Amino acid sequence: MPDQLAYWLIIGLMMVGLYIVIAHANLIKKIIGLSIMQVSVFMLYIGIGYIEGGAIPIIDAKTVLYSNPIPHVLILTAIVVGIATVALALALIIRINEAFGTIEEEELAEGAGEQ
Amino acid sequence: MSHLPVLPVLILLLTAPVCLIINRASIAWLMTVLASILALVCSWQILVQVLSTGPLTYALDGWEAPYGIEYRIDLMSAWMLLIISLLGSLVALFSRQSVEYEIEPSRRVYFYVAYLLCFGALMGVVSSGDIFHIFVMLEISALSSYTLIAMGRNKLALWASFQYLILGTIGATFILIGIGLIYAMTGTLNIADIAERLETVGQSRTVTTAFVFMALGTLLKLALFPLHLWLPNAYTYAPSAASAFLAATATKVALYLFIRFTYTVFGTDFLPMSTILVALGITAAVAGSLIAISQNNLKRMFAYSSVAQIGYLVLGLGMANQTGLSSTLIHTFNHALMKGALFLSLGAVVYRLGDSTFKELSGLGQRMPLTMAAIAIACASLVGLPGTAGFISKWYLVSAAIENDWWLLAGTILISSLATAVYAWRVIDAGYFQPATNPQKSEAPIGMLAPVLLLALANIYFGLNTGFTLMVVDGITSDLMGGGQ
Repeated sequence: MPDQLAYWLIIGLMMVGLYIVIAHANLIKKIIGLSIMQVSVFMLYIGIGYIEGGAIPIIDAKTVLYSNPIPHVLILTAIVVGIATVALALALIIRINEAFGTIEEEELAEGAGEQ
Repeated sequence: MSHLPVLPVLILLLTAPVCLIINRASIAWLMTVLASILALVCSWQILVQVLSTGPLTYALDGWEAPYGIEYRIDLMSAWMLLIISLLGSLVALFSRQSVEYEIEPSRRVYFYVAYLLCFGALMGVVSSGDIFHIFVMLEISALSSYTLIAMGRNKLALWASFQYLILGTIGATFILIGIGLIYAMTGTLNIADIAERLETVGQSRTVTTAFVFMALGTLLKLALFPLHLWLPNAYTYAPSAASAFLAATATKVALYLFIRFTYTVFGTDFLPMSTILVALGITAAVAGSLIAISQNNLKRMFAYSSVAQIGYLVLGLGMANQTGLSSTLIHTFNHALMKGALFLSLGAVVYRLGDSTFKELSGLGQRMPLTMAAIAIACASLVGLPGTAGFISKWYLVSAAIENDWWLLAGTILISSLATAVYAWRVIDAGYFQPATNPQKSEAPIGMLAPVLLLALANIYFGLNTGFTLMVVDGITSDLMGGGQ
């Protein structure tokens, strides 16, 4: 197994997310894409913190090698930020649906053009 | 240990939930103003201290630097703190009537809460010496600014806010990737440590990738052409007070981050970027000004003018010499003054006349003489007429181009200024030389007028007396140039 396989997979996932954001016209699907992209970055961090053969970072007399816990902690914070972003986006989508009666990008753009 | 460095951020961020609990718009406004002014006083104190004794550091919760989050305020941070809190206080003063007019009663408290969060978090971004803390603060400010924009009267505000959210989050995710890669290479999140260790790590593909991701993320937040697509709609449809605050501060903070990353963290070796920045900057300056000419809504016109002005800011960085850097730092302040004055004046126009298109503008000199005078001064400053703050920025920018023997570029800067003059003249012409449909005088109330006039006068004052600005900016450039090399 190549050394950097995990990173290649993560980058692949990131591109999938970004592609969904760009290619899909439905606002909910855009948010799904955005989430996938964010999650891939979280996995990148976890990958950085992983040490081959390392144990869970809980101090214990028998273990000598631990994984790095800091990326985990950082990612907990980043997950909170991600949740807040998705929540805000969904709230906006609800308001957009109430105001325009659609959540499809093209129809929204048409509605914006009429104004 | 003095708690001063953390106070501005703390005051603003803690006032927000208190406002939410009290849940009365008038009290929320009063607390917002008080908190903003306190933050301004603290920022001034910080600047004075930094000028006399050098950078201030503060370990949050007593955890010292490599383990805990450190607030590290050098001259550039102190300068940004002052700019943000000055504009933030003036907009807060202005906001009461504007918010009453533009936002429905049930949402007014939330406006102040989001405003305080955005304001406090921007202050946090510039104070922090911890790169991950910067990311979190940046996202707090971004999320609250999406909320602010979505409160606009027109339903298109929602759509503008959503587009900004998508692009802003992509930008933030890029920054997060960059931070992760840097952490992988250096094993630290403290900016000073990173800078030190990156020197020993040397250039590698990972470091370059990290830099590219962070640069792209910040440039997206900065709305540098062609990554500016979210900006015009966001500024046009946001409530006037929010447009003024965001136009004057939010993009400046993104620029601060870009300077911080390029000069302090990665070092200026990465400035083969120079060519790219100059190319993008000048394109932004010319394209932004040209698009601005044909706009009918003044808010949108000045939003495109912001795109052009951001071009000037980036252009200064691209020059990669001391004069260029000075021009960027001076223009950061001056542009905040001009755009603050313009968007607040437009807020006053919206308050009295209902909208801010050329229809309302025509004959404004008779109807709202003082507001129109402020618009005229700010427009002159935007063009860069001698005697206004804008002239100083342009002077430095063109000098920097000439210093590099880039005569063509200097000429192009002047051409884009000419384009600026065209749309500025459209505004002046409509305001003073077109007949008003209803020539009855209806000046804005004093609570709105005072911040507008103060900003307009500041545009003249800092155009005539450059002592203070230049002293601070010289200090910053010698910090950055000396430390980076």
